[in-house]
Amino acid sequence: MAMAALRREGRRLAPLISPQSITAVRSSVISQEQAPLGLRSISTQIVRNRMKSVKNIQKITKAMKMVAASKLRAIQVRAENSRGLWQPFTALLGDSPSVDVKKNVIVTISSDKGLCGGINSTSVKTSKALKKLTAGPDKETKYVVLGEKAKAQLIRDSKKDFELSITELQKNPLNYTQVSVLADDILKNVEYDALRIVFNKFQSVVSFLPTVATVLSPEAVEKEAESGGKLGELDSYEIEGGETKSEVLQNLGEFQFSCVLFNAVLENACSEQGARMSAMDSSSRNAGDMLDRLTLTYNRTRQASITTELIEIISGASALEG
Amino acid sequence: MGNIFRTNRLDHKSPLAGPTKTLCDTVTDQPSPIFSPAFARGTQSAGPEPSPSDPARAERPQQFHTMFRRASCLLARSLFLSSSRSWVRPFSTDLPAAPTADSTFVEAWKKVVPNIEPPKTPIAFVKPRPPTPSSIPSKLTVNFVLPYASELSTKEVDMVIIPATTGQMGVLPGHVATIAELKPGVLSVHEGNEVTKYFISSGFAFIHANSYADVVAIEAVPIDQIDPTLVQKGLAEFTQKLSSASTDLEKAEAQIGVDMHSALNSALTG
Repeated sequence: MAMAALRREGRRLAPLISPQSITAVRSSVISQEQAPLGLRSISTQIVRNRMKSVKNIQKITKAMKMVAASKLRAIQVRAENSRGLWQPFTALLGDSPSVDVKKNVIVTISSDKGLCGGINSTSVKTSKALKKLTAGPDKETKYVVLGEKAKAQLIRDSKKDFELSITELQKNPLNYTQVSVLADDILKNVEYDALRIVFNKFQSVVSFLPTVATVLSPEAVEKEAESGGKLGELDSYEIEGGETKSEVLQNLGEFQFSCVLFNAVLENACSEQGARMSAMDSSSRNAGDMLDRLTLTYNRTRQASITTELIEIISGASALEG
Repeated sequence: MGNIFRTNRLDHKSPLAGPTKTLCDTVTDQPSPIFSPAFARGTQSAGPEPSPSDPARAERPQQFHTMFRRASCLLARSLFLSSSRSWVRPFSTDLPAAPTADSTFVEAWKKVVPNIEPPKTPIAFVKPRPPTPSSIPSKLTVNFVLPYASELSTKEVDMVIIPATTGQMGVLPGHVATIAELKPGVLSVHEGNEVTKYFISSGFAFIHANSYADVVAIEAVPIDQIDPTLVQKGLAEFTQKLSSASTDLEKAEAQIGVDMHSALNSALTG
């Protein structure tokens, strides 16, 4: 949004910037009758207004960058601490993103606020591509969307595929209880064989990797266990606790989903802050560049009009003498 | 991205630059599988596999070739020095040395959506675990994780006692592979002569055949940080709520409270 505003400013100034068109500017900008203080102040006034607004934009984006940086510091610690949470599940059950099931549910995690670069668009692109990937005869794919931005983008073409959409996730600081309640909600209301969670994994302040984590329902786990692979070893594990094996596996699946979702939400929040930091940084740098160009234009305009006035006076004086 | 990576590595002066220079020549022809896609992208004219017998090699732009060689040198250094960790990796330490991806997924993705890069999957970020050894190892490796922290990560211990729903379960190295559901209780970690006790509120424990134990719990506190008076108060409060509960939901909630507080009580006394 800030970038678009800056671009608009630049386009408005294009006729003012070229030195040959200074005379054209003077005649086109404001007619002489409307100029109480003389043409000189009017054209510089316009440039001065532009400069003021660009400077304000620069200040705002710099402040937003600082805010994003401090939020990132806080949440990065928590995201890195939560990384150990999903690893035991992957160690036990492996990862089967290419699993072939009838009911797929894609859980897309995005941010509520904008101005965070391209991370929400990449999440939406990945979700749409996953939908295409898992499509097929008598297979259905539904969306569960967390976050305002992905909802706005996906609702345009896939309105009928929406199961659930949740916004204002980060109103209160993220904690496990909130996410587990959310996971419980999703598991209760949505029929699924495989849940695919799409989020941006925070790798560093400038790099975010779109990631897909797959959680299978207990029935899908049984089916995959028969076909072998990592899940095939699941039978060799003794089950302690609970009455039946299926009950324990169901609890396991639900627990896995809430753990993976917790980590995914934290990572995405981290990526959002990092992306916002870099977007605001480039925005303030562009504003600074534009301010430099505007200052040059301002000075040129000012000096040109002074020169013209002097020339008029001098030629008038010499006409009187001569 | 590959270019940025190269610049970073070139800027960093590794203290062992001298002796490993001879290794560069031998390893240049075998670029590491990890980074070859990145380099293939970044140095497209050089191609991913420069071979000494390739006659077209001389025609390739000299600069790409030198950059590729130098980058491969740095890679060689990284491969040989990854264990000594003489420098900080530019990316977060979550990435393992050799990220693998599910190949069927990547292929299926490329067929359907060739323009977009396939997303990463958790497999790429997991540290690989050792396979089941033939003889019983002497120590048990424990990972104890909570949503907020990794309390213990790959700690070698003698024994852990976990509070499974079927009772306290002792886990020694060489324990049979088990998935155990946990109830609120005390987890004790025995290392040599010292015992660390944590009170955990339910979770799961996975014991793998290679003597790795993963305990995933929601909350854990060391026993000495629990206040006995608050425990008694909470127990009285929840017993009272249970007796006065009317709906099933209230009964269930009160029951959970009672269970938790009596477990806390027995943890403090036992």
